[in-house]
Amino acid sequence: MSDHEYVPKSKFGKWFNDRLPLLTLASHLTDYPTPKNLNYWWTFGGILSFCLITQIVTGLTLAMHYIAHADLAFESVEHIMRDVNYGWLIRYIHANGASMFFLAVYIHIFRSLFYGSYKSPREIIWIIGIIIYLLMMASAFMGYVLPWGQMSFWGATVITNLFSAIPFVGEGIVNWLWGGYSVDNPTLTRFFTLHYLLPFLILGLVVLHIWALHVPGNNNPVGIDIKKPSKDTVPFHPYIVIKDGFALLMFMIVFAFFVFYSPNILGHADNYIEANPMVTPAHIVPEWYLLPFYAILRSVPDKLMGVVAMLSAILILAALPWLDTSRIRSAVFRPLYKQFYWILLADVLILGYVGAMPAEGLYLLIARVATAYYFIHFLVILPVLGFKEKTIPLPLSITEPVLGGTPIASAVKKKENLT
Amino acid sequence: MKNIFKITYSIIFLLAVNPQVNAVEKVEFLKTNWSFKGLFGKFDRGSLQRGYQVYTEVCSSCHSMKYLSYRNLFEPGGPEFSEDQAKAIAANFEVTDGPNNDGEMFTRPAKLSDKFIMPYENVKAAQAANGGAYPPDMSVLAKARSGGVDYIYSLLLGYEDAPTGVTLDDGVYYNKYMYGNNIKMSEPLSDNLVEYSDGTIASKEQMAKDVTTFLMWTAEPHLEARHKMGFKAILYLIILTILVYFSMKKIWSRIESEV
Repeated sequence: MSDHEYVPKSKFGKWFNDRLPLLTLASHLTDYPTPKNLNYWWTFGGILSFCLITQIVTGLTLAMHYIAHADLAFESVEHIMRDVNYGWLIRYIHANGASMFFLAVYIHIFRSLFYGSYKSPREIIWIIGIIIYLLMMASAFMGYVLPWGQMSFWGATVITNLFSAIPFVGEGIVNWLWGGYSVDNPTLTRFFTLHYLLPFLILGLVVLHIWALHVPGNNNPVGIDIKKPSKDTVPFHPYIVIKDGFALLMFMIVFAFFVFYSPNILGHADNYIEANPMVTPAHIVPEWYLLPFYAILRSVPDKLMGVVAMLSAILILAALPWLDTSRIRSAVFRPLYKQFYWILLADVLILGYVGAMPAEGLYLLIARVATAYYFIHFLVILPVLGFKEKTIPLPLSITEPVLGGTPIASAVKKKENLT
Repeated sequence: MKNIFKITYSIIFLLAVNPQVNAVEKVEFLKTNWSFKGLFGKFDRGSLQRGYQVYTEVCSSCHSMKYLSYRNLFEPGGPEFSEDQAKAIAANFEVTDGPNNDGEMFTRPAKLSDKFIMPYENVKAAQAANGGAYPPDMSVLAKARSGGVDYIYSLLLGYEDAPTGVTLDDGVYYNKYMYGNNIKMSEPLSDNLVEYSDGTIASKEQMAKDVTTFLMWTAEPHLEARHKMGFKAILYLIILTILVYFSMKKIWSRIESEV
């Protein structure tokens, strides 16, 4: 695992380490050679670990007071908000924490897209990441059901009904998921169980994600392979630790602002109305972080094809390392890819916007165009671009940025500063 | 440093473009100054106490408040009646308790630990008494409507004669701010409907403001504690961030000087 043999100083340390090499692991983690040119977009990995731990700790505390029962869930949440000591704080951190988690994960994913971090030899890291992202969406969706408000109930109804699109067995699967013939108490209790379980699966996958990362080491803004350790690297501790810490604190300020000053702005008012199977809300919308996929789902007229499109939109990401045929990682050296990158980002934001709007008229048209473009980006543009694009020459190392040619040298230097 | 700004801007941008999920149709709500908004927002105690009076004398005949207990009335951050006042308020209500040792249910005056008495036995009874419409529970109402307190305040003052061409069924009223403009609640407030003990003139606007303030507190009883803690937490984070920033510069200077 480590590039050098670590020998503990104390006798006991040596005895222990020979049996369970925890000290070697600790030494590996602190000495881990990291590219020195990582920018702040690289700090979101640490921020995401913080988000996961925060969700688990606040979630465990909430679970001590929450009652997973259709008649009592809403009331128990109000009990947490009113009578549990600092219950309001714990619940608001948990609820807004989900949004902050997704904000961070989207930045993390788009960083990876910009700098080509998914490319060889980091495909496994990337695929584990996509699985984590899928589990996050499942956990978040099920967590949103637990307060048993109107949006909880109707959101659960809409999403679980998607499975009914599966030919022949769809209805059966939906009834099996519900544990009955509608979303009801059995649905709530199983969602609670799974909402409790999934974060620990995510935690396990995060360990694998980091383990897989530590094999080839970090990608970097220049996107070239570097020698480790070398002049291009710094030990993880203290350099990266303090930088991640600083970025985390900045993130926490934004987080705290939501928790303390607008804790309900990212939620839907209807979720403070207790679930009522007899009354359907005017607009059923998922949480903001699922909106782009919701837009894709609704932009296809056929229900089954809509579900297929939505799932493909996520799963296509897993094939990305092979769809992107360019061997240059960083968009800094790919002038055309860079343009398409920003268009893709705009496209996803547009999808998110129309996902919140009623699926009719102009909104539906925009959603269809944006959905089509989303798939074209991955299935047509990326494969073709790898062959057609004229890229900028890569520097040899981070510390000695360029080989020869002065005009390009200055361009590279400038671009590096910008990103 | 440039990157930090970029990150911050991106976050703000992302949140700004994140569409107003709650927005239905844009109606301009009536504006009033809420003392509880803003970084240091606090409830106006007088307003909360008057609001409680409006709630008990007007709203509570139809609207329940099932998540509140009488003890909440003297707890810090709320109307802050004295404990004796809260006890006296509770004693005005009768609750059914039991069964006692003979297996009988009995009634007794409410205590501080009791929940607010419900106006109706159950939802069906409430609907039967109100022409089929269920008067919603008011405990979290201020958070359960998009537009929140501005919406409730506007609704209370938004009763009008129906425009020509609009015909209303029996027991349905026209309200400018109600979703669909039809409401089954008759105009609840009129000038001098209640008599405030503190001498405040009970205009319609004043009562609407007081009762809406009260509803904000019932929906968010720890709002003051939240604002107070939020200010301290964010101030602490900012100071720590600055310290960590300079530590980071110091540590990284070892590397940067080498380059």
